[in-house]
Amino acid sequence: MGFRRYMVRKVVVYGITFVFAVTLNWLLPRLMPGNPIEAMVSRSGGAASSQLIKFYEEVYGLNQPMWKQFLNFWVNLFHGDLGYSMLYNAPVSSIIKHALPYDIAILLPAIVLSWLVGNWLGAIAGKNKKYDRYTMPLFYFLASMPYFWFAMILVYVVGVKLGWLPYSGAYAPDLVPSLSWTFIKSFLSHWILPFLSLFIVMIGSWAIGMRNMIIYELEADYVRYLEALGASEKLMTKHAYRNAILPQVTGLALQLGMMVAGAIATEIVFNYPGIGVLIMNAALNQDYFLLQGAFLIVVISVLAANFLIDIVYAFIDPRVRASYTEG
Amino acid sequence: MAMLTVEDLKIYYATPFGHVKAVDGVSFEVREGEVFGIAGESGCGKSTLVHSLILRKPPMVHMGGKALFKGRDLMRLSKEESRKIRYTELSIIPQYAMNALNPTKKIKDIVWDLAREHGHTDREEVERLLRERLKMVKLSEKVADMYPVELSGGMRQRATMVVSTLLNPDLLIADEVTSALDVTTQRVVIELLHHFMREGIVKSIIFVTHDLALLDKIADRMMILYAGKVVEIGPTEEVINEPSHPYTQLLLSSLPRMGIQYRKQKLRGIPGYPISLLNPPKGCRFYTRCPYALDKCPSEEPKLVKVGEEHYAACHLLGGEDQ
Amino acid sequence: MARESRLALVRIAFRNRKFQFGFGLLAFFVIFALIGPLFTPFAWNGLYYENVGGIKIASYGGKTLPPMSHEVITTYTGKKVEVLHILGTNINGQDLYARLVYGLRTSLWIALLAAAIGTVLGITIGLVAGYKGGWTDELLMMFTNIMLVIPSIVLLVLIAAYLSARTPGIQALIIGLTGWPWVARAVRSQTLSLKNREFVHLAKLAGLSDLRIIFTEVMPNMVSYIFMAGILQFSGAILASATLDFIGLGPTTMVSLGNILQRAIAYNALQFGWWWWFIPPGLIITLIITALFFINIGLEEVFNPRLRRE
Repeated sequence: MGFRRYMVRKVVVYGITFVFAVTLNWLLPRLMPGNPIEAMVSRSGGAASSQLIKFYEEVYGLNQPMWKQFLNFWVNLFHGDLGYSMLYNAPVSSIIKHALPYDIAILLPAIVLSWLVGNWLGAIAGKNKKYDRYTMPLFYFLASMPYFWFAMILVYVVGVKLGWLPYSGAYAPDLVPSLSWTFIKSFLSHWILPFLSLFIVMIGSWAIGMRNMIIYELEADYVRYLEALGASEKLMTKHAYRNAILPQVTGLALQLGMMVAGAIATEIVFNYPGIGVLIMNAALNQDYFLLQGAFLIVVISVLAANFLIDIVYAFIDPRVRASYTEG
Repeated sequence: MAMLTVEDLKIYYATPFGHVKAVDGVSFEVREGEVFGIAGESGCGKSTLVHSLILRKPPMVHMGGKALFKGRDLMRLSKEESRKIRYTELSIIPQYAMNALNPTKKIKDIVWDLAREHGHTDREEVERLLRERLKMVKLSEKVADMYPVELSGGMRQRATMVVSTLLNPDLLIADEVTSALDVTTQRVVIELLHHFMREGIVKSIIFVTHDLALLDKIADRMMILYAGKVVEIGPTEEVINEPSHPYTQLLLSSLPRMGIQYRKQKLRGIPGYPISLLNPPKGCRFYTRCPYALDKCPSEEPKLVKVGEEHYAACHLLGGEDQ
Repeated sequence: MARESRLALVRIAFRNRKFQFGFGLLAFFVIFALIGPLFTPFAWNGLYYENVGGIKIASYGGKTLPPMSHEVITTYTGKKVEVLHILGTNINGQDLYARLVYGLRTSLWIALLAAAIGTVLGITIGLVAGYKGGWTDELLMMFTNIMLVIPSIVLLVLIAAYLSARTPGIQALIIGLTGWPWVARAVRSQTLSLKNREFVHLAKLAGLSDLRIIFTEVMPNMVSYIFMAGILQFSGAILASATLDFIGLGPTTMVSLGNILQRAIAYNALQFGWWWWFIPPGLIITLIITALFFINIGLEEVFNPRLRRE
């Protein structure tokens, strides 16, 4: 009962957010000063004659009334048409389709593993004051680091100085993606450093969050009660840990945007062919269709992940369901 | 027969400024089959006293005295021994009973987690008992499968009472359980405690409160604490009807009484504040607020004097130099 | 918290170890940004300028010199000047110490401005939503939550890419415009709890206007929260601006910390091992954010004694 109301509300909220994001995406270029088409045309081929600009405006339907443009935008979106990239000379949707798997390949394991390891380290710090004294500054230092800077240090130390691992691209440049053993090996060795740079920095903020939550939960009334009734240290920790991990799940949703941002910059350091590099190239070359497409994909992915986390959360925290049952 | 015998117990708090003498040489006994009431203002040491029986944690320090529970000194038990007798033999309903249950665990899981740690092996048996008891306190047995967040405050209070007494402890400590409740719920709680006694679920109860009127309804014998010391102890009826110590008298006169209108008899509070327990006076701790203070009160400590059958009070006004 | 005790809180704060550490570190970098240029003869872009008849003419130093290199620069007029490159030079022969100091100035200035914009915006929205309640609250919070879910960096990139000339002020403005939702949420929940307190009811009974109540009764009671939210905005802004600069969308008119890092990547400083080019700016960003973290935990302990661990 409570669960259905919760779901309905979430679907509505995420629906509105989606519409808002798409509208923003459509509106921004139209609000900005200057003419994007002019910039794009002059980028791709010398002087922009007014005829050429007109031609492109017709191609992109920019000469139509605003409401029609808006409608077209939605229609195209549902057909999977995100426009055409002048920089890569290919449809935006296909460029993104090729880039997205690389993002998932480094982001997903980095987020999941850092969440697990960070929570574990943070829980230890929260319980053990001696250990806490040494690790807390370290965690804060980690959490303060810009992802891309740590990535640069890794490239310099592990890649350049020690020469242990490759640090540019997603696989050796002379290979073609296939399911061969050589390719997989090459892919994995190129994957390690980008993954590590995200993974290690992310650990910091998870550990900090968990440490603070554990300290807070261990002082909660229900732990005092368990202790008064002769519960072992282990049982009290078990109960506190379970409750401390719940806000960390919510934290996962809240931090996702930050982590995606970190990944974008990190990919640039490693020249890793994900959305991050696309975004940089698109931004620097005024390839606005590509940029807008990338924005949409990132927003949709983050929204979807958030939605998933919200559903999972309703399952693991009875308080959510209870709050939707009343009334 | 004595369930618990406390002798000259001293429990201090270690603070950066020295020891706070929260419980300073308290003696009493709790008999099998009785409800023993402990009353006093907040900060008189009553909570410290009962908590020291259950669990001593820093900054609480045991500075002397004994607490013999069924022949064993609670003050000398090892951590593990003390952990084992808690819940099975000695249990507590805490002040925060409404929030005592972990909000994200089903009640049956909380109970099973606790029971297993105290040597129970049959989960079904424990759950069956839980459901039975829930019905006994007029809750649905389905409550066992629910999360505490799904219950109302009053239901959580009752559920906590069931959880605390599930393993039939010999001695149950009820620490200010009624303080945060409205009058109707207070009555329910008192009735439940009576019920637990009648059914033999618990053998004795220590009932801690700042509300003397409530003790009248539940306690067989009672003790009044002031600033970490016993002021008066005796059968409830005698203490309430013939209070011997000036403090008890003042406490009682500060209670509104049924049938007497405020206009006719003004309520009297007790002027002044309790003394600092960091550096208490050598003599009687109440002399600063006592309307009858004598010359020797500040310097000489009054001893407990017998004023009736099993009724004692500690005051120089009652004589007792000869004892 | 009463007004009289605020001074006492400040005193407690300065006795808190974590606050001391954070504040000291931050103060160090602020002072460094202010007086750092005194220790180098180079201008903001890392070039040596000579005044020739009212016109300043630049001379470059040696390329990619390591830190603490002494060098003799021959200027336009043939004068020879001995200079010290404290942090070496980059591929164009620009002095990196000078760029770092001026870059730090830019970054701090942008972050300060952005934090101010974000905090003021967040406070306003949070206060209005919390105080007004009802539909205003629903709508504003819906908007806030939407802005929270959309990754702000990507939005920033999108906006910045359309701007051909980017000044620090514009960067600060767009960062501030995307950073406020966190503040709004915190301020709203504070307002909700404050609005039902007695003194607010009293003020209402006394016939004070809503605006007066908000500014004289509600706001002063959450100064600590606002301050802490502002600090978080500041560190978020430093990171956001560094990331934007790093992607190549930084201010076009000035050097900044992220901009130095972007150049380092663009010129393969990693591969060539010119560590003095990319280690210092990143380290400074990290240390500033660490300092802000410590200031915040210190303050939290001051405002909420329960959190103090001995």
